[in-house]
Amino acid sequence: MNNLLVLPILIPLCTAVILIFFKEKLQLQRGISTVSGMLTILITLLLVSRAHNEGILTLQMGGWAPPYGIVFAGDMFALLLVAAASIVSFAILLYSFSSIGEKRERYYYYTFFHFLQVGVYGSFLTGDIFNLFVFFEVMLISSYALISLGGTRLQLRETSKYLLINIVSSTLFVAAVAYLYAAVGTLNMAHLSQRIAEAGQGGVLNVIAVLFLIVFSLKAGLLLFFWLPGSYSAPPSAIRALFGALLTKVGLYAIIRTFTLMFVNDSGLTHNLIAWMAAVTMILGSLGAVAYKDIPRIFNYNIIISVGFVALGVAAGTEDSLNGAVFYLLHDILAKGLLFILGGLIISAAGTDRLGGMGGMIKKYPLIGWMFFILALALVGIPPLSGFAGKLLIIRGALDAGMLTLSLIGLGSSFMVLYSLIKVFRLAFWGSEPEKEQPAVSLKGASAVAAGLLLLIIAMGIGADTLNAYVSQASDVLSSPAQYIQAIMKE
Amino acid sequence: MELVMALAIGILFTIGVYLILTKSLLRIVLGTSLLTHGVHLLLLTMAGLKNGAAPVLGKEGNYVDPLPQALILTSIVISFGVTAFFFVLAYRSYQTLGTDEIDSIKEVKE
Repeated sequence: MNNLLVLPILIPLCTAVILIFFKEKLQLQRGISTVSGMLTILITLLLVSRAHNEGILTLQMGGWAPPYGIVFAGDMFALLLVAAASIVSFAILLYSFSSIGEKRERYYYYTFFHFLQVGVYGSFLTGDIFNLFVFFEVMLISSYALISLGGTRLQLRETSKYLLINIVSSTLFVAAVAYLYAAVGTLNMAHLSQRIAEAGQGGVLNVIAVLFLIVFSLKAGLLLFFWLPGSYSAPPSAIRALFGALLTKVGLYAIIRTFTLMFVNDSGLTHNLIAWMAAVTMILGSLGAVAYKDIPRIFNYNIIISVGFVALGVAAGTEDSLNGAVFYLLHDILAKGLLFILGGLIISAAGTDRLGGMGGMIKKYPLIGWMFFILALALVGIPPLSGFAGKLLIIRGALDAGMLTLSLIGLGSSFMVLYSLIKVFRLAFWGSEPEKEQPAVSLKGASAVAAGLLLLIIAMGIGADTLNAYVSQASDVLSSPAQYIQAIMKE
Repeated sequence: MELVMALAIGILFTIGVYLILTKSLLRIVLGTSLLTHGVHLLLLTMAGLKNGAAPVLGKEGNYVDPLPQALILTSIVISFGVTAFFFVLAYRSYQTLGTDEIDSIKEVKE
């Protein structure tokens, strides 16, 4: 029992509710949001260090012992993700002070921002599959509000699509939960894992597993990503950063949790399916990243490539590749957040999001240019930076599992990431300035935030050994679910 | 009873999917709403229909599983909220874009 575990959900929840009452007081809203963001980071770091010393933290709601009550489970994997998510969302919060605009701030932007945090942290921490659905919905409803906030024509159109896709996938989620409850009669994930292992994962359970895979893939953008590039382009860049950094990762987290804990007994079917979905995702994502010439779409296809890459690590399922998947996921949360913040800075400096209308920005904004360049190297996985360790481990794990073709596709997608980002760098920062007068904007505050995140990414790369102590603890639990089950079901 | 429920669920799903595939945004909203109703019935049926005494009262013997009701209640509340949001969104799109046909919304440029 560890009551601290509920605080990452409680703090943003209370903040969101308090902010509703200060609709017109923008400075106060910003102040409260900042304090709450810092508090969340402190709490999650404390939780990570506790889990490092004491193993998996659990909290039984209302003292009801599992499998009857609702359990919150903070294993290292979940807690590391919560920590990374809270850091990156704090950075995005600071960035949105200068970029989101007073009108949106007045219409409850920060409230929705914090409700989204509730959903994300809750999805990571819950140990009960129906609660996972509920927290998904909390997150999604806030994201509907954020994506349509402002009500431009493009936003309205894209929200309708996004909303419809997610309603259908949530419906399928409930259907999958219903079938699962009929088949094994429990909803607690640890208990589910036991029961599925006892029943032997036969025909019916395989169908349910694939149904879950479809649902989570829709949310994560694994293969079923057709809605993602359009929907994520519609809102302003701060919200885009939030979505790019967090939303798809929650879907990925759900895939990893389900297919390392519950549906592990017939990996010939399910994990092969994930592997091929990952391969197609990486190929299509690469094509998209190369094909487009506007910044939001190039970045959105980059999200898709990295989703495919993490899924490859899950599919391989060896100790190395799971370790790499956790590593890469942490890196990707931070790096994608930073990528979209820098993208937002470039767009507001150039006054357009088309690469054709940009050029020569390195003279006026050298700092942003070089930060973008270093980040591109980090995303590709150049050694001293944070992407390297994850990529190396995933590829090594996949090769160990005998997936040569898939590893080659994974490596090839890295080159496409490099190509697409260097294309952005070349067209936006080099060459001659366009004839059109560029708007004079001050980007000092936002650049400082970006620099902070970049330092963190560099530190994460250099301190990979230190971090590995935590990450390997997380992947330990993933590769041997018995630990997780034992921690939850013990009392 | 299970057979009747299965048929009802099937019909709800069919009509829901049909409505989602039409052009008008209003029909799509109604379609999603029918779809979620179908899935709630599915949840109820899957967990076992009434085959014993009321739960919690402390009677001896066989009683009904109370969990599905709690799950359905939660799910109904969520789908209520989402449907309300979708209606508002559809109305706002109609105001701003001047149409509720999904095809013509697609062609709208920024």
